[in-house]
Amino acid sequence: MHKLLRAGVAFAALPLLVAAVALGSADRAAQASDTLVFGASADPVVLDPALISDGESFRVNNQIYETLVAQKPGTTQLVPGLAVSWSKSAGGKTWTFNLRRGVRFHDGTPFNAAAVCANFDRWYNFKGAQASSSASYYYNVVFGGFKNPGKGLPGRAKALYRDCKARGQYTAVIRLKRVFGPFLGAMTLGPFAIASPTALKQYGADKGRLTADGVYQPLGKFGTPDGFAVGTGPFKFESWRVGDRLTLVRNDDYWGEKAFLRRVIFRPIADNAARLQALQTGEIDGYDDVEPQDIATIKRSKDLKVLDRPPFNVGYVTINQAVAPFDNLLVRKAVAYGLNRPAVVKSFYAGRGVVAHEFMPPSVPGYSKSVPKYPYNPARAKALLRQAGLTLPVEVEFWWPTDVARPYMPNPKNNFQAFAASLNKSGFKVIAKSAPWRPDYLGRADQGTAGALNLLGWTGDYADPESFLGGILRAAKQFGLENNPIGTKLYRDLDRALAEADQNKRNAMYRRINNYIMQQVIGVPYVHTMPALAFRKNVVGYKPSPTLNDVFRIVKKVG
Amino acid sequence: MLRFTVRRLLLLVPILLGLSILVFLWVRALPGSPAESLLGERADEQSIAQIREQLGLDDPLYVQYWRYLETLAEGNLGTSIATRRPVTTEIRERFPATVELTVAAGIFAILLGIPLGFFAAKRHGGIFDNSSLVLSLIGVSIPIFFLGIILKWIFAVRLGWLPSIGRQDVFIEAEHPTGFYVLDGVLTGNWRAAWDALEHLVLPAIALGSIPLALISRITRASVLDVQNEDYVRTARAKGLPSRVVDSRHVFRNAMLPVSTVIGLQVGLLLSGAILTETVFAFPGIGTWLQEAIQNRDYPVLQGGILFVAVIVVVVNLLVDLSYGLLNPRIRLAGR
Repeated sequence: MHKLLRAGVAFAALPLLVAAVALGSADRAAQASDTLVFGASADPVVLDPALISDGESFRVNNQIYETLVAQKPGTTQLVPGLAVSWSKSAGGKTWTFNLRRGVRFHDGTPFNAAAVCANFDRWYNFKGAQASSSASYYYNVVFGGFKNPGKGLPGRAKALYRDCKARGQYTAVIRLKRVFGPFLGAMTLGPFAIASPTALKQYGADKGRLTADGVYQPLGKFGTPDGFAVGTGPFKFESWRVGDRLTLVRNDDYWGEKAFLRRVIFRPIADNAARLQALQTGEIDGYDDVEPQDIATIKRSKDLKVLDRPPFNVGYVTINQAVAPFDNLLVRKAVAYGLNRPAVVKSFYAGRGVVAHEFMPPSVPGYSKSVPKYPYNPARAKALLRQAGLTLPVEVEFWWPTDVARPYMPNPKNNFQAFAASLNKSGFKVIAKSAPWRPDYLGRADQGTAGALNLLGWTGDYADPESFLGGILRAAKQFGLENNPIGTKLYRDLDRALAEADQNKRNAMYRRINNYIMQQVIGVPYVHTMPALAFRKNVVGYKPSPTLNDVFRIVKKVG
Repeated sequence: MLRFTVRRLLLLVPILLGLSILVFLWVRALPGSPAESLLGERADEQSIAQIREQLGLDDPLYVQYWRYLETLAEGNLGTSIATRRPVTTEIRERFPATVELTVAAGIFAILLGIPLGFFAAKRHGGIFDNSSLVLSLIGVSIPIFFLGIILKWIFAVRLGWLPSIGRQDVFIEAEHPTGFYVLDGVLTGNWRAAWDALEHLVLPAIALGSIPLALISRITRASVLDVQNEDYVRTARAKGLPSRVVDSRHVFRNAMLPVSTVIGLQVGLLLSGAILTETVFAFPGIGTWLQEAIQNRDYPVLQGGILFVAVIVVVVNLLVDLSYGLLNPRIRLAGR
């Protein structure tokens, strides 16, 4: 009897299940047309913009929150964001932002000058755990110090920020302690987006602690998976199940052109092959950081396409001028002519690299079109060495790092071997040296004790030349530029450009600096790499930003 | 039985201590350091030194280990660097996924493996037997991740029959009171969600269950062949009992004893296999979590997660041992 009953129930349940699934499929098709499912490599860390520094957090936060100054999608060109216009004082230390009117945060509270100042003051007042660079990395990088952060953390003396005053409802005046040229460029960074002050307070955004493991752990409900994230952006935070999915919904009260998509869902998929297959099945509509070997497969498919993200990094060979005979410009030029850069870029970057001629990528303002170029030319290199009065071959200690892979240097050993071979053909005799990336290799490179040539690289923080040239070249010992006339001139020029507030003048200054760097062959940049994104063909309008400011508002699904 | 149980429970203490030492030392032997994974690529040596001091990484190892034991004793497994959430919270959220997958793979391996082995033995030397031998050899020797990718390529990418990632379709709204999605669907009466969760289990369970399936079917086959030649089976047949009755009452039951041992041993294998399977199928369980932690050098997660998995394997093995004791009194006596 029991068996009969069970069989009966099973038979009865079967059609119900089939019907449910069939209904589900129809439902899915309707929902899928205005929902974008994006395959992320991981969950974001947190949805509090001030505390983010990784790409996945940038991607999600940038849809929920907005910055005062924005970038034209897919470029580094500055355009109005939450501020419609801005001006600076004659001295260049005071910035006045005229704010957009009629903007509301997702919690209904108004966006105004008081809200802007509340955010700036919040960052400046970070203490202890929040002020550590494991929590507020970008504030540390750009603003340098906090009001009263506590022992061992950068304080007022190092701070760039002085104060923020609301002049009327829609004018925010931000005073800096010194002129800081990259200020506007830095203001496009996700971590300086404006969050609702009411929500920050209500959900305990500043409650947190540094755990025994040294991790900053938010203890409130702001920006956490079971909590709230309240900005002004084109999408609102809906839900987040860690490891599974994070859902944003369209903000129908958005101040500007509203998003085409009704919903964006981010699914964390750590495995590259799994992301590709999920794209092929249509379970996701797109993903970032495509493996170079998968690009051919994607391009072959009639349903899929590849998008290039403009490069925002540089791989380079340092030349230590403190090591003779590299104090001689002729010898440095011989190195530049002797490094077969196109061969390395072609062989080891799977079509994702472009040969670099400067220490910053072309998307960054201040890029010069007229730097001297040094095409691979072994005969020329030998001639220069002879001209310098040296007997060939000239011995050169060339260091490369082990235990490391970076986008600009996927396999340092390959790069090193190819460069060593081309230098050996160019009148040099390379003495190979290697060390583990950290702490040995970087430690030696930073101290200038890693021979004459080193393999290094850099990824920019924001779209300003200082973020590249300053970050790379201020490590004076790497290039042997301490107490050296070339270094003295370079740092004086860099400091002047940093302090120049006029954007056009600054760009011109950096173009001259770039020319000077390459005239003096301070080092030899060789590659910029382009990350790739993949999408289904029915996704249109996605514009990959070099600085990861991808805007989902302008994306739509067709057909 | 009580003495046997107490003895085994007491043995747990040195085993767990040993495990904690192993995990503690292993995590510290990894290249890089927690300080660097916290501060990122740009960290200067000064900040690294500061964090090292702050975290007590310069203290002697035994001091660090003692501190680690103290926090463990409070039930605190640390906080993830990648998600900034307590490791225990993440385990609570992710463990049900792994259990669900492991159970599904186990069911698949047992339900298919035992009949396969049984019929292979019954048709000893025939085509069925030989082909099942070949299939199980393939099952044992194919790496899980490779099998996973192939299964996905055929059934998800080419045929479009089954999903390739995750535990649930993103367009399905479902409540998850227990975290076991199939069960949740049934409990909340959301049949669509239950069915969808089942669909998401099929391919990963097959990939994960392939090795145990092969082992179980081979052991069943060998065991059935052994038992078939036992005196009591021959006697039963000589008595004129129908073949069906002999097979089910005498052959099958007795042949299952060694098989149950093998099944018990598979639990550890299934859990370690789950790490690879979950990664390939983006199945949000303990496996993907540990895999991401390795990529991110998320030391607290590695330390806490591995210890947790190890404890689970030890405890499950203990339960299996105890259940043998119940089933087979000879083991209890040997334990004296």
